Amino acid sequence: MSRQLGLYFVLAIVFVAGLLFVLNQLAGIMSTATQQAQAVDFTNNSISAVLREEPPQLDSSKATDSTSGLVLGHIMEGLLRMDLQDRLGPAIAERWEVTPTHATFWLRDDAKWSDGEPITAADFIFAWQLALKPETGSEYASLLYSIENAEAINSGKLAASELGVSAPNPQTLVVKLARPIAFFDKLVVFPTFLPIREDFYNATQGRFGSDAEELLYSGPYVIKRWVHSSNLLLERNPHYWDSSRGKLAQINFAYITSDATATLNFFKDERIALARLQAENLTEALRLKWPIRRFADGTVFYLEFNHRDDRVSRNLNFRKAIQHSLDMEELVYKVTKLPGYLPGKSLFPEWLIGVEKSLREEYPASTVSVDAVKARAYLALAKEELGLTEFPEITLLTSDNPVSNVQSEWLQEVLKQTLGLTIKIDKQIFKQRLAKMSSGDFGLLLGGWGPDYNDPLTFGDLFASWNLNNRGRYNSAKMDAFIATAQNAVETKDRMMAFGDIQQQLFDDVVILPMYERGVTYVVHPQLKGVKRRVIGAETDYTYAYIDPDA
Amino acid sequence: MLRYTIKRLVLGVLTVWFIATATFFGMHAVPGDPLSSDKSTTAQIRANLEAKYGLDKPLLTQYAIYLKNISQGDFGISFTQENRQVNDIIKEHFPISAILGILAIVFAALGGILWGALTALYRNRWPDSVIMFLVILGISVPSFVIAAISQLFLVNINALAGTTILPVGGWGTVWHMIVPAMVLGLSTMAYLTRLMRSSMLEIVNTDYVRTAQSKGLPKTRIFSRHQLRNAILPVVTVLGPAIAGITTGGFVVEIVFAIPGLGRYFVEAIQQLDYTVIMGTTVFYGAFLVFMVILVDLLYGWIDPRVRISP
Repeated sequence: MSRQLGLYFVLAIVFVAGLLFVLNQLAGIMSTATQQAQAVDFTNNSISAVLREEPPQLDSSKATDSTSGLVLGHIMEGLLRMDLQDRLGPAIAERWEVTPTHATFWLRDDAKWSDGEPITAADFIFAWQLALKPETGSEYASLLYSIENAEAINSGKLAASELGVSAPNPQTLVVKLARPIAFFDKLVVFPTFLPIREDFYNATQGRFGSDAEELLYSGPYVIKRWVHSSNLLLERNPHYWDSSRGKLAQINFAYITSDATATLNFFKDERIALARLQAENLTEALRLKWPIRRFADGTVFYLEFNHRDDRVSRNLNFRKAIQHSLDMEELVYKVTKLPGYLPGKSLFPEWLIGVEKSLREEYPASTVSVDAVKARAYLALAKEELGLTEFPEITLLTSDNPVSNVQSEWLQEVLKQTLGLTIKIDKQIFKQRLAKMSSGDFGLLLGGWGPDYNDPLTFGDLFASWNLNNRGRYNSAKMDAFIATAQNAVETKDRMMAFGDIQQQLFDDVVILPMYERGVTYVVHPQLKGVKRRVIGAETDYTYAYIDPDA
Repeated sequence: MLRYTIKRLVLGVLTVWFIATATFFGMHAVPGDPLSSDKSTTAQIRANLEAKYGLDKPLLTQYAIYLKNISQGDFGISFTQENRQVNDIIKEHFPISAILGILAIVFAALGGILWGALTALYRNRWPDSVIMFLVILGISVPSFVIAAISQLFLVNINALAGTTILPVGGWGTVWHMIVPAMVLGLSTMAYLTRLMRSSMLEIVNTDYVRTAQSKGLPKTRIFSRHQLRNAILPVVTVLGPAIAGITTGGFVVEIVFAIPGLGRYFVEAIQQLDYTVIMGTTVFYGAFLVFMVILVDLLYGWIDPRVRISP
């Protein structure tokens, strides 16, 4: 090799090395490095985990999504919370009482903000007024509408100070209700009801919740460091009152990625202590013979019919034909084959609580058995009633992901085989699908609903004629009446009976076809114990988790 | 030279304005809107949100307001991360994409020149065939496959070594950058290899190479002094757009390696129809691309005077 070439070679190496050094320095200046922490670190009593996305909104008055809900579940605490047995329990409020006209919460006096100041009733009043101000633009403000004057404040007709809440003393919060609402205490678990302290909020000058130092914490953890889209480090809140929570000294959300394969790779490399498995990486986990855990995340999926006047699916016999063609057990156990999924029987998932036992035990859902002959007979009836010679092509609106792809192809195949219907699959990405759902541009729709609060009403009012989430525009006076009872009755017994009626009406009128209750599968580091999975609130709750080095 | 520069800059600004306008109207023509979500809100809440973001105004008014704001360098607040300015998002995340991009382009350029020169030297012999085969692979295998495979490779290496040789993901030190940068630069490297190869082969047949050969100069000296230097010129031309392409195209690599770059905002904003972030990132990237092209043109004009004399 000539000297010249050798020189080029050396120069190139020196150049690359120099460049690497400079870039290293630059990256170091700009952001803190991802800690090469272990998945589980017993010495420092800390764990690492992954977040699916950057938390979009940690301002509790505006948060709506599950990732923000997960983080808020660790750093904030409200009046009440769900305990380890998924029952409603005390938190900042020691005790509470709901009457048809009022709800009263008595706050504990040792609850403190992360700066050591006491948490008072005024902090709740400020937060609720904030969420209702029209200029805040809070999407979930409607959850507060059961408080007196709330709706008028949200539409700008009244000043926020007119809200029906008062604090006779700093430790008592009295809520005047606009109408009787038996489950008001279950509502206050939702992030919109979390406290915000006025002086702190005002000092952030519109940046509340956007960075670690722009937040004041009431929960077992505080955000020690937040590098956007990169990592989020939680550290125990020294001022938090309840010593049974916050056992881990640090929770390091070391990575933020939505990629299923990458998540599994981090888990394999022992960088994260818990990895959610998705359709894409489940086989890999099964092959490695990991102990896979499952959990029903509380979401129900169903086939929605378009009930508008220009659609064949407005015909009851048409819907019955489809009802008698689809075997949801086959869908769940033979088609999607994902562990943790349950075949759908009702709009109300199994975990909902009724009067004493589960709602579904108290009001079992009716089912039909699949019967091709009956199905064809119903279809023939429908054809006659609709005055059709041939059924038009029916559009099935669905999202674009591996699970719904398999499901929509199954539907297409079964309905072709059994009824000879032609189904066109219309796969759309998120926002475009929403646009078509709202405008009613579909024949059938793969829909789903996740709960907002721990009461059957979070599902129960979906098919009211006035509910905008009733995408197929189902309209029935009978149904609306049942829903009104479920909303307004004071006795739990009466309300649960109304939910039973709603369930029966959904079945009799084939308003929807429940398809499945979604399951989540995940793997956990063997030394990490006590991780709680929740249907309401933080989906993954590490506040009771601890490390067992002998496991 | 000055007139040429000014002319290019004015054209550049016009191009950016055109990009901004086309994106604005294209984005609003897409069905759906940034305020829709899984759960419908009441009409009142929706009206509050529309008023907050100015979406209740006529489209042309929105366009005018928008143009006024970007001319002052204000891209507004994000729809999905409501408390963050789009300017802050760009400021925080672009440098990370840029660092990764610079490293990727260096890998691509050095590798492309080296492999390209080698293939030309060993034309139609086995090193040529092997490298060209890899080049086809590098161009045709999508980056998400390569990213996932290389990440798995890291996991296995670390498991074999029993310690962390290279981190599997994350950001902050040079060790986090090496593999993602290689993955990111791979297709550009493959492209540059082909370009370098063909320009080397052209030069082999030029008069000055033949003269050098007839003078009896050693082969390696001809290679380094005469061939390599001249063959690099066309490579420089494509580097500008390639730099812009690489620094902006890191979406997949950023997601897989959990790197907090701007690429993922760019792509996710479109999925979420986050109007302000779409506009901010597109206009910013557009301006960046235009700037890189102008820079290369000016450099080229400086290297080769014929370019700037011709109109």
